[in-house]
Amino acid sequence: MAKMIDRASGLGPGLTPEYGELVERWDAKAGRTPPRSGKGSGAVDRTISDLPLKTLYGPADVAQLDLAADLGVPGEFPYTRGIHPTMYRSRLWTMRQFAGFGNAKQTNERYHFLLSQGQMGLSVAFDMPTLMGYDSDSPKALGEVGKCGVAIDSVRDMETLFDGIDLGAITTSMTINGPAAIALAQYIVTAENKGIPRARLGGTLQADILKEYIAQKEWIFPPRPHVRIIVDMMEFCTREMPKWNTISVSGYHIREAGSTAAQELAFTLADGFAYVEAAVARGMDVDDFAPRLSYFFNSHIDFFEEIAKFRAARRIYARRMRDVFGAKDPRSWQLRFHTQTAGCSATAQQPENNIVRVAYEAMAAALGGTQSLHTNSMDEVMALPTEKSVEIALRTQQVLAYETNVTNVVDPLGGSYFVEALTDEMERQVEEYFAHIAEFGGMVEAVEAGYPQREIADASYRYQRSIESGERIIVGVNAFERPDETPSADLLKIGAEIERGQARAVQDVRASRDGAAVEVSLAALKRACAGDANVMPPLIECVKAVCTEGEIIDAMVSVYGRYTETSVF
Amino acid sequence: MRVIVAKAGLDGHDRGAKVIARALRDAGMEVIYTGLFQTPEQIVQTAIQEDADGIGLSILSGAHMTLFPLVVEQLKAQDAGDIVFFGGGTIPADDAAELKRLGVRAIFTPGAPLSEIIAFVERECGKRRELVG
Repeated sequence: MAKMIDRASGLGPGLTPEYGELVERWDAKAGRTPPRSGKGSGAVDRTISDLPLKTLYGPADVAQLDLAADLGVPGEFPYTRGIHPTMYRSRLWTMRQFAGFGNAKQTNERYHFLLSQGQMGLSVAFDMPTLMGYDSDSPKALGEVGKCGVAIDSVRDMETLFDGIDLGAITTSMTINGPAAIALAQYIVTAENKGIPRARLGGTLQADILKEYIAQKEWIFPPRPHVRIIVDMMEFCTREMPKWNTISVSGYHIREAGSTAAQELAFTLADGFAYVEAAVARGMDVDDFAPRLSYFFNSHIDFFEEIAKFRAARRIYARRMRDVFGAKDPRSWQLRFHTQTAGCSATAQQPENNIVRVAYEAMAAALGGTQSLHTNSMDEVMALPTEKSVEIALRTQQVLAYETNVTNVVDPLGGSYFVEALTDEMERQVEEYFAHIAEFGGMVEAVEAGYPQREIADASYRYQRSIESGERIIVGVNAFERPDETPSADLLKIGAEIERGQARAVQDVRASRDGAAVEVSLAALKRACAGDANVMPPLIECVKAVCTEGEIIDAMVSVYGRYTETSVF
Repeated sequence: MRVIVAKAGLDGHDRGAKVIARALRDAGMEVIYTGLFQTPEQIVQTAIQEDADGIGLSILSGAHMTLFPLVVEQLKAQDAGDIVFFGGGTIPADDAAELKRLGVRAIFTPGAPLSEIIAFVERECGKRRELVG
């Protein structure tokens, strides 16, 4: 046994004969003690992702780790313990609640409320037609306008959305992918009309199209032209918007679609590396753009697995960026990420319980070293959150940040036998997925072949079966139910008048602008799409000419076509 | 028994639809998944062409009060009212009640056990199959 302990790791005091005897005694006792039976006991030996768990972890489980190479110190390669030397001691994470519903005016009011309550940055949720590139009066938009986000048809709506908010002082995250370049152009034009130059704008665009094919399914064009537009944006932002985070490579949706923690991590990082490869292939220097890449993860309910996932993410990323992509700037090695608590862990039954779930998930994100956080509201399983439930969600972060004291010591779980072993196992599994993706020829090819899609669908079905069989318990759903529960009537609903009003508004916009300027700008955009020129400058001209999003997308679709998926289940 | 699992509108949330499709298939039914972004017309056409006994529609984008009634209308217009139309998604209780009043046979909301959904489909689609022979 003694030779299994690596004293050099420094993670344990090393094995003494006394300790060896204790371990043997514990082993014998544990072997005689049956695992608990009854509710939810079918899954005591594994995580929610089916990662095997031992009853107890000790020095032997971390013997393979090298203290300097695998853990290091916060703020230094490989950043396992955090990307900043002092983390939350110097600066808390950004509390950034994702919000958007109805029309731009309603959402603008919610933003003013959130900012008045201590929120630190904005995060825009767009409605389905906006995300899919349709105007509010399109037949495709029927019944969807303003329902799960705000409807933005043209730069006029973007101006209303940020009315009374200083875009030079705040940072804004925009969750949009297919039409991301258009949203960015609208944001630039809105700011510049108020005299704020684009170079001063800070924020994040999601613009992660690969995960759309994998999980969220909000694509417009086929993968390759989409990736080309993303590289155009990276090139443009690198040149003109030094404070802008060009892509938020997202695992959130992959996890919500039913993946395991390791799949979320592997597919997300693989997507990120695909963008890095594409930009390098364009001739960009990795250190010119990599410091502006950011990531977005889910924080699910399996507490330690999530913390291990966040820690492993940083280590894997740093190693690949330095050793595979040859990045030399330490900022290119640092994985910065936003976290959102898991929508799929929330339940419609006894919705108040979601407040508790969110609190645990938020704590995992903080212990995992997130840079910003969205906490879900308790009623989001059924509808858009009410102002009251959004306030509770924000207060949950504030209690975590200001009362629990988990912020005052960096990476407090570093050195835990269990968390270190789990972090290491997560890295091992991710490397296995990377090897498999490489067999397809890369992530774009793997996505085109439907590989991650199938892996996620399999995992999601396995998980659902484990709930069905009672192997796993979800409080209020398959245990501790309240048959007498009456559903809450206090839900936020978006009425049909919003859709009618927005459809009229976009028609008014089309009637009141210079039609010739619209035609000229759209023609220039099509030429850029068909050729090699960067699409951002002509896109900005389209937005200035008040082209609607639907018109711009139609112009681009005329060059690239629309993507259709071969559906498998 | 043959069942259509459908996604309509612009909603890309297909986790639930795929889980339901697999569960019904594993329960011995023939399942046709339409894929994403179908119109109500397309869904009903598919059901008629495939001689399906039921249509299960999944909507999580908030457009349920528009799209469910349109499928009901299409079923009536195509003289296919015998096809068992049910669905699920993030649908508040009062909306679910209204949809049932309009002719949707069942609405399953988050947390509904697969066993309950399978039992419903077996029972109702089985009756329909017996009638049409």
